[in-house]
Amino acid sequence: MTMKGDNISKQVAVGGGEAPTPHEVKPILRREEFLLNMGPQHPSTHGVLRVVLDLEGERIVKATPDLGYLHRGVEKLAELETYNQIIPLTDRLDYVCSMTNNYAFVRSVEKLLRLQVPERAEYIRTLVAEMMRISGHLFWLGTQALDVGAMTVFFFTFREREEILDMFEELCGARLTMTYYRVGGLDRDLTPKIIDRLKKFIKEFPKKIKEYNTLLETNRIWLARTKDVAVISGEDAVNFGLTGPTLRGSGVNYDIRKAEPYGVYDRLDWEVPLGKNGDTYDRYWIRVLEMTQSARMIEQILEKIPSGPFLADHPMVVLPQKDLVMADMESLIHHFLVASKGFDAPKGEVYCGTEVPKGELGFYIYSTGGNRPYRLKIRPPSFIHMGAFDYMARGYMISDIITIFGTYDIVMGECDR
Amino acid sequence: MYPEPKIIQEAFPQIVINTKIEFGELTLFIEKGGILPLCRFLHDDPGMRFDHITDIGSLDFPEDEERFEVFYQFYSIPKNHRIRVKARVSEEACAIDSVTPVWKGANFMEREVYDMMGIRFNNHPDLRRIMMPEDFDGHPLRKDFPTEGRGWRSTFEFLPNT
Repeated sequence: MTMKGDNISKQVAVGGGEAPTPHEVKPILRREEFLLNMGPQHPSTHGVLRVVLDLEGERIVKATPDLGYLHRGVEKLAELETYNQIIPLTDRLDYVCSMTNNYAFVRSVEKLLRLQVPERAEYIRTLVAEMMRISGHLFWLGTQALDVGAMTVFFFTFREREEILDMFEELCGARLTMTYYRVGGLDRDLTPKIIDRLKKFIKEFPKKIKEYNTLLETNRIWLARTKDVAVISGEDAVNFGLTGPTLRGSGVNYDIRKAEPYGVYDRLDWEVPLGKNGDTYDRYWIRVLEMTQSARMIEQILEKIPSGPFLADHPMVVLPQKDLVMADMESLIHHFLVASKGFDAPKGEVYCGTEVPKGELGFYIYSTGGNRPYRLKIRPPSFIHMGAFDYMARGYMISDIITIFGTYDIVMGECDR
Repeated sequence: MYPEPKIIQEAFPQIVINTKIEFGELTLFIEKGGILPLCRFLHDDPGMRFDHITDIGSLDFPEDEERFEVFYQFYSIPKNHRIRVKARVSEEACAIDSVTPVWKGANFMEREVYDMMGIRFNNHPDLRRIMMPEDFDGHPLRKDFPTEGRGWRSTFEFLPNT
């Protein structure tokens, strides 16, 4: 343009007229903030989440999450249900890892009732929770890689997840919303077939993890998309109340399984993997290491698991065994009483936190006696992680938003309840 | 695990009304005006070091004189102990100081309490509804809010079904 303009001015000058004054150079770039609405229907938000992004170019100045699209009022519903009836509600919180949700709730009720669970039940509970952790982390790995653009990882991880879900199906008849835990024990016992299948799975699992690692560990695109993205320092992470792999990625050693051991975690040999940089790559690496640790725990549990009852001997609270209910009149009456009327919990309040794949899932129960909780407060890790979203997203590009959602392993069913 | 309640009681004799130990958990009942200095103490004191905020929630007792109760759940990662702090809030003066200056994570938790129970938090940076739509009427977790029924949807005008 300048070349052309120069020529014209020269021509005009040759022609004898007045040389025109060079016109003012107006800035071509305008600087203004741009609002972008992302969601609520977006494939990478893992549910229905809307985020309003304040952008400067492609950089995020501010990210405001708009929650509540999946709000079903679980806390309010729970005030009308007996304790046993709340267990299926907890399945629907984090529908990817329902076993651990059941575990967290059942533990809080047992704390309120001061109920001791038999040894075998404790082992099976820990075993199943660790299977769920592997499945949950596999789900995370697959979807996160898919969001970032790697398709193959998704197929690989879902292959193994399917295997675990098949085992769950054999165990309790459901694949996603399992309702397997009961107050005082479990729905049913492990079968030899599942144990055989699990042994085979655990034997082959390290090979599968190697497979994922060959795809991702030093993959240039994966590194570029996850290294130094969504960085949070350990101090900030603690201040925001983050838990689980999101917190441990910043190098803070807090795992409820070690800090306040429950189940049989204190009787097993395992370690808590910790990150250094607090970025998405470290969290990815921690989740991979946690899967190997879980596999290690499952191996030990399968060796140590004792025989014995899997339900506590407390007929007022604990449901009878299902096969007896189908065959025996007294058990049917017993089942009917406990299932319909429920059981009376003592007065008091408890908070009990459990380490689920996403972080600390806590249930606060306020009981005024009677068969229903007066108030049930859920502490969902996804919701509290969302509180740090704005802080962690500032300064990154729009394309990184997907990684930042994913880094928490967020499930909106749990976030909105 | 919980810290020695006497230390907190002696440091804040005006604020701490009562303490309770139940199910191995320590609960402090406090005067609502003292929530912020108490939280700063719990966060900064080398014997307490409650650096991790676990949860904030609320309870509703419609018959009581001071209707609402806000509870805070804190955890200390270095000391591995927990504490629950409870403060009563009346329906007329339905507000309590925000603890966001101490724990940044309190932001969303307090917004949820405001949305669900209608308790306001003074000096909160962004006190808006979080779960329910912005024009929603009422606070769902209050005991006088109906669980069943059509609620605000019953006010919609439909074409008569003839």
